[in-house]
Order: sequence, then C-alpha cells, then structure tokens
Amino acid sequence: MTPREPFNEFDIHAFVDGGLDALRREKFEDWLADNPEIAQRVAAYRRQNEELHAYFDRLADEPVPAEMMARLANARTNGFSSVLLRIAATLLLLFAGAVGGWGLRGLDISPAAPFGLPEYVERAVGAHIVYAAEIRHPVEVDAAQQNHLVDWLSKRLGNPLRAPLLRNAGFELVGGRLLEDAGQPAAQFMYEDDAGRRVTVYVRSHQGKKTAFKFSGNRDISTFYWIDAPFAYALAGDIPRQELLGLAHVVYEDLVR
Amino acid sequence: MGKRDAIIAEIPRLRRFARALVGDSSVADDLVQDCLLRALGRLGLWRQGGNMRAWLFTILRNLHKNRLRQSSRRPPELPIDEVSGISSAPAQEQQLALRDLSQALASLPEPQREVVLLIGLEGMSYKDTARILDVPVGTVMSRLSRGREALRNLMNDGGLDDKPSLRRVK
Repeated sequence: MTPREPFNEFDIHAFVDGGLDALRREKFEDWLADNPEIAQRVAAYRRQNEELHAYFDRLADEPVPAEMMARLANARTNGFSSVLLRIAATLLLLFAGAVGGWGLRGLDISPAAPFGLPEYVERAVGAHIVYAAEIRHPVEVDAAQQNHLVDWLSKRLGNPLRAPLLRNAGFELVGGRLLEDAGQPAAQFMYEDDAGRRVTVYVRSHQGKKTAFKFSGNRDISTFYWIDAPFAYALAGDIPRQELLGLAHVVYEDLVR
Repeated sequence: MGKRDAIIAEIPRLRRFARALVGDSSVADDLVQDCLLRALGRLGLWRQGGNMRAWLFTILRNLHKNRLRQSSRRPPELPIDEVSGISSAPAQEQQLALRDLSQALASLPEPQREVVLLIGLEGMSYKDTARILDVPVGTVMSRLSRGREALRNLMNDGGLDDKPSLRRVK
C-alpha cells in the first residue's frame, strides 16, 4: 500500500472486525467505494467469518458431554498453599494406595510431590508458575532497564548479583522482580525464547556448602537448583529436562565468569 | 463456586475453538478436558478481575502447542465427513462452500490458522489475541492478513466476476 492511501492493511482488517470508530468507519466506507479491489477483499473476509460460524457454531450449541462434566466435578481446585498441597498429595497417595490408583487422574497434583525439596526451590517453582504465565506484567522491571534492575536486586539481596546471559542459548532476558522468600528478599529473572517459552532464574541469599546441580520435576515444571554461596539458585521452566540442564550449565558458567 | 462456574460457562466456546483448531473432535475434547483440569488446578493462582476467557484460551492453546511439539506431526486435516452430524444441514451450495472452508483452513500454517480462528470465529480483540499467543499485536496483524488472503485464494473467493457485496455498517 502506498503511503498516500488514507488507510492501511491494519485498517482493512479492523474494519472487517468492527474495530474502527464511527467516524473512521464512515471514511473507510467512502474510500472503499473508490477501491473495488479492497471492497472485494473486505467482502471475502466477511464471508470467511460468516462461514466459520456456519461451520463451527453448532459445537458451541451442543450440550457439554456428560463425561466431561463428571470429570470436572471430580477435579479439585488447588490453592496456593504448598502445605495444603502436601497434605492433599499425602492423603491422595494414601487413598490411592488403598484403592489401587483409581481417582488419581482427575487431580492436578503430581503424586511425586516434592518431599524433601529445599523450601526455596518450592517457592521458586511457585513464583515461576505465577509469573511465567503472566502475559501483561510478567516482570516488575523490564530488560530495557537491566542495569537498574541488577543494581536494585543486588542491593536488596545484599551481594552483587548478575542477570545471567542466556542469549546464546536462545533465551532473551524479559526482566525481573523482587520476591519474598520466608521473610528474606529473593530475585527472579525471567527469560523468553522465540517460541514464547519462558524460564526463570530464582536467586536468594544462601551460605550453605556448594552443591552440584540437582533436578526436580513437579507440577509440570522442571527445576535445576544448586548452591554457590552467597546465593542459592533455582532454574525453572516448562521445558524438557535435557534442555533445561543445558541452560543450567550456561547460567552457572555465566555467573562464575 | 463462582470461579469454577465461570470456567464451566466457557466450555462451549473452548470446544468450538479446539475443534476448529485441531479438526478431530475427540482430540479437541481431550484438549478441552486437559485445559479445564489445568485451569481448575491453577485456579488458586488466577487473580480475580482477570480475563477468564483469554486465560482459558491461553492454556488451551499452549497445551495444543505442547502436544504438537511432542508429536511433531502435522495437525490432522479437518475431517469433512464429520460435518454430517450437523443438525440443520445448510443448503447444497453453502455446504460446498463450507467444505472448501474446512479444507482451506486445514491447509493454513498453524500460526495463521489460530489467529484467523481467534479473531474471525471467537471474536477476540487483536490485543487479547496477542496476549493469548504471547506475541506482539503487529505479529497478530500480519498473520491475520496473510491467513485471510490465503483463505481467500484457496477458496477462489476473489474472482473479478464476483461482484463485491459492500454492506454499510451503521
């Protein structure tokens, strides 16, 4: 479309989808009268929408299958509390043991609940679930203010911190946020790849002995965690274990550099 | 429980979208089922006042994407025969057009198909579509533009003898 045209490609679709305001719509209709090719496209796009409805709407009118409703009725809603989750998971395991595993399917609790996992790792996973799913406000401070972000979090955690660089592994920094971890400040850095997959690096102060990478998989989220004083780290993501391990090495090496 | 009811109220739309997205009705219902269980499992994490519909569509679409990634197969073609379950059969001519549509839709690249369906079928705003797909609005627009043009070409719906039917929307 040449720049002389009063409307662009975006407007053509916005018109079809009812997204132009009244004034602009009227002008668009006038313009359309002089542009039969565009008018033809507009008519075709409208027919597409109508046909989509003609073809698929009956599915929206069908009653919900009884089986689907039954399984929903059996499903529990999980709250936030990891204590409750643990109790529920424990009861579930006992129950499942008693009746031979039936009834496990409907519940969204992994039977392999992370008993014995360091508490900070559970919080890291919880923070990943909450914020990685967030579309509009995934981070408190975005990557454009990376220096400010890192300075701020370093100050709050009491030791100089770095936002690991994962670009070579295909993940760009989205930003980060300050979190509360059992009364202590913790930091979360979020990364995203081309496909929109997100991983988070969770950092909190820790004076424990240096550890190797440990793996935990629960609630759909895989985690590698390790301690390297003065910090403990947890890398979490809904991505395959091997890939996450590769990223964990990149994070580690970037941080000790 | 209010939030649970809000989820249940979205089931018809989720089924429609899933079916249009994957074609096969049992695969679609599995997808919806997984989506609902996932949503119920994470309900405690969902903040009141958010857009429940967009949230559910986001979950559904991510599950679908995971599934595609896992199977790394092309999504199945839309089975045309299944339209026989239709209660009020459209006229012969329209039936043919609809068959064309389902085939054309199945041949679109996945990113274009989901945008065309979210906007054209589900009436999602461009902004919500961008949020659901986790891409910028500009990306949504270019996929929409390419998807609609591809459909138009596939359905031969732009012939010169096809007189434009311009309707005034007041």
